[in-house]
Amino acid sequence: MYKAFLIKYGEIGTKGKNRYLFEDALCRQIRRALKKIDGQFVVSKEQGRIYVECDTDFDYDEAVAKLKTVFGILWICPMMQIEDNGFDDLAEQTVKYLKDVYKGKEMTFKVRARRARKNYPLNSMEINMDLGEKILDAIPQMKVDVHKPDIELNVEIRNKINIYSEFIPGPGGMPVGTNGKATLLLSGGIDSPVAGYMIAKRGVIIDAVYFHAPPYTSERAKQKVIDLAKLVAVYSGPINLHIVNFTDIQLYIYDQCPHDELTIIMRRYMMKIAEHFALKEESLGLITGESIGQVASQTMHSLAVTNEVCTLPVLRPLIGFDKQEIIDISEKIGTFETSILPFEDCCTIFVAKHPVTKPNLKAIKRSELKLREKIDELVQTAIETTETLWID
Amino acid sequence: MEIYLDNSATTMVRPEVAKLMYEIMTKDYGNPSSMHIKGVQAERYLREAKEIFAGILKVSEKEIFFTSGGTEGDNMAIIGAALAGKRRGKHIITTVIEHPAVLESCAFLEKNGFEVTYLPVNAAGQVEPDTLKAALRNDTILVSVMYVNNEIGAIEPISELGQIIKEYNKNILFHVDAVQAFGKFRIHPYKENIDMLTMSSHKIHGPKGVGAIFIKDKTKIQPIALGGGQQKGMRSGTENVPGIAGMAMAAKELYDKFDEDVDRLYELKKYFVNEISGIEGATVNGLTGRDSAPHVVSVSFEGITKSEVLLHALEDKGIYISSGSACSSNKPSLSSTLKTIGVKNELLYATLRFSFSVFTTKEELEYTINAIKELLPVLRKYRPR
Repeated sequence: MYKAFLIKYGEIGTKGKNRYLFEDALCRQIRRALKKIDGQFVVSKEQGRIYVECDTDFDYDEAVAKLKTVFGILWICPMMQIEDNGFDDLAEQTVKYLKDVYKGKEMTFKVRARRARKNYPLNSMEINMDLGEKILDAIPQMKVDVHKPDIELNVEIRNKINIYSEFIPGPGGMPVGTNGKATLLLSGGIDSPVAGYMIAKRGVIIDAVYFHAPPYTSERAKQKVIDLAKLVAVYSGPINLHIVNFTDIQLYIYDQCPHDELTIIMRRYMMKIAEHFALKEESLGLITGESIGQVASQTMHSLAVTNEVCTLPVLRPLIGFDKQEIIDISEKIGTFETSILPFEDCCTIFVAKHPVTKPNLKAIKRSELKLREKIDELVQTAIETTETLWID
Repeated sequence: MEIYLDNSATTMVRPEVAKLMYEIMTKDYGNPSSMHIKGVQAERYLREAKEIFAGILKVSEKEIFFTSGGTEGDNMAIIGAALAGKRRGKHIITTVIEHPAVLESCAFLEKNGFEVTYLPVNAAGQVEPDTLKAALRNDTILVSVMYVNNEIGAIEPISELGQIIKEYNKNILFHVDAVQAFGKFRIHPYKENIDMLTMSSHKIHGPKGVGAIFIKDKTKIQPIALGGGQQKGMRSGTENVPGIAGMAMAAKELYDKFDEDVDRLYELKKYFVNEISGIEGATVNGLTGRDSAPHVVSVSFEGITKSEVLLHALEDKGIYISSGSACSSNKPSLSSTLKTIGVKNELLYATLRFSFSVFTTKEELEYTINAIKELLPVLRKYRPR
């Protein structure tokens, strides 16, 4: 029955002169999402609305699922489209539509007509009244309620006539590509994929860096991160994933520095390397999945010490979230199951029994002096041997 | 260089086996149940395969059935025997070191009203015959014990156990999971009082997804794969003709040169065990001589916190092995066999399994020993403190 969708968008509507940029980006993102399923979809914008139409057969559920991954969409309204064959035909089709969708349940409704094509013989008010009457006659279970109806039946008179009454929530946010790019520090955990999702939701293109440490982390751990990147890419669009071999740096720090400072110093070097790739790829910020106090390296003190190595802003969308809140999102977006696969990531392999929780920047810098002999060379090698994958 | 020492997990398919299978898949692809010549040709492969297995086991061809592998064979034997025998009793005996295909079948039966006794094993990983004697009951209908343990290569005293069972009550069925033993031992079910014997193809250089099971004539089994009534209704489903023919060819090749190959494997094992025992802090688990399987060596290394790290470091050098047991990458729980035979707690995570095949050479083992000697000090140095 449904041949088309009306896409309602949220915040874009409030933008000023550059509004068309946001609408165009949204159209592009919708096309990208729908390209992955069967059907010749046409996405068009018309008078402040976006339509998705399809002349060929398509799988309705699949199409809705895809649209639900496009940031910027507030509501997805499946539409019945009919030709204009006079008012009686419109009334007949509308009644049939209501019977099909609501199966004769007892509900209240209101008709909300919009006459975009002004040469239609009835005006909006007349359509509302006449159509309401026909519905009342045909479906005795339905009652009119103009203030708080269960069903708001929209009838748009254009070249074709669009009929819709269902509103399926979209993910909200802003279309990816309207807000620059940022580089995500992606681990195999629960938090970082969620962090990437949340920043992408604000319209930001995602680039990602993963640190692996063979033989301490396995090929499967790397595959897991690639899989997670794919899951985030469902929403964010393609991700450029940089896979950095971190083993030698890690072992060198292990050799030279106090063990309880290992993790914090490691993380400083991760940020440095991530920033290198961020600048190279013209990212405007870094993204981490940190949340205050979750582990020793995420206390306020530790965050301040790791942050100190970066010049780019570090975006931490989960900073005030409890673990359970993060898990809830990861379950919703579908990354949780992959995140909890039991493969070790490089942050945990050498972790001290009692890592510092209140590192002192001066002390950490003093410890880092012990690395000066080889560290620059090791960082350079890590950067040069980085493997980059295009995840789509 | 590629040195594959994970043959207890799976083996390379022999090229001549793959070639035969390719021919069957592209030329003799008929359904053995079809009435035309294509069907007859396909059926011929099944007959030949049955002949080969019957010859190796010294049993009748009608006692050989084909399955999708070791897991299905174990499921079919245990669940099938229990369902068919439940009126005589609902007690089953097995051991704590069985493969999950056996243990999970038993757990399924426990949930469905059966009682299961799990026999312990001694420090060598073997069942003490007396513990079986003590566990047998009036309502016991089935005993299931593996021929060779997959984690440490312990050989179970199958003949002795078979005798004890049949002396107690000849109606009790004896199932033996021989997935790790077939191809390495001469197994004669009639002599060892075995009623059902499970075998798998991909452990003997055949393809994956196929196996065989010996079911002694007149043994009552409730089939668990129901359908078109193939294989006398015991296991419905169109036979995997290329797989079965491939497995039979692989089995034949192993048993044609059996004594020579097994002797060589024991020589390799002796060499490997000697060398590795010479490494400081390395302990070989279980027995290591002719009283153990010729192809499995389990080694615990003191001072490494995770066997996976050594595993991946060896992988970097082209050497492929398993930690504890191969099945553990799906189920990251501690190996129960190692625990039962008394391996110290801190070594449970530090144990690796090396498993050989007829294609393994002494040079490969030498290279492996040297690689371990080189890697151990580094791995022992870098660990959590």
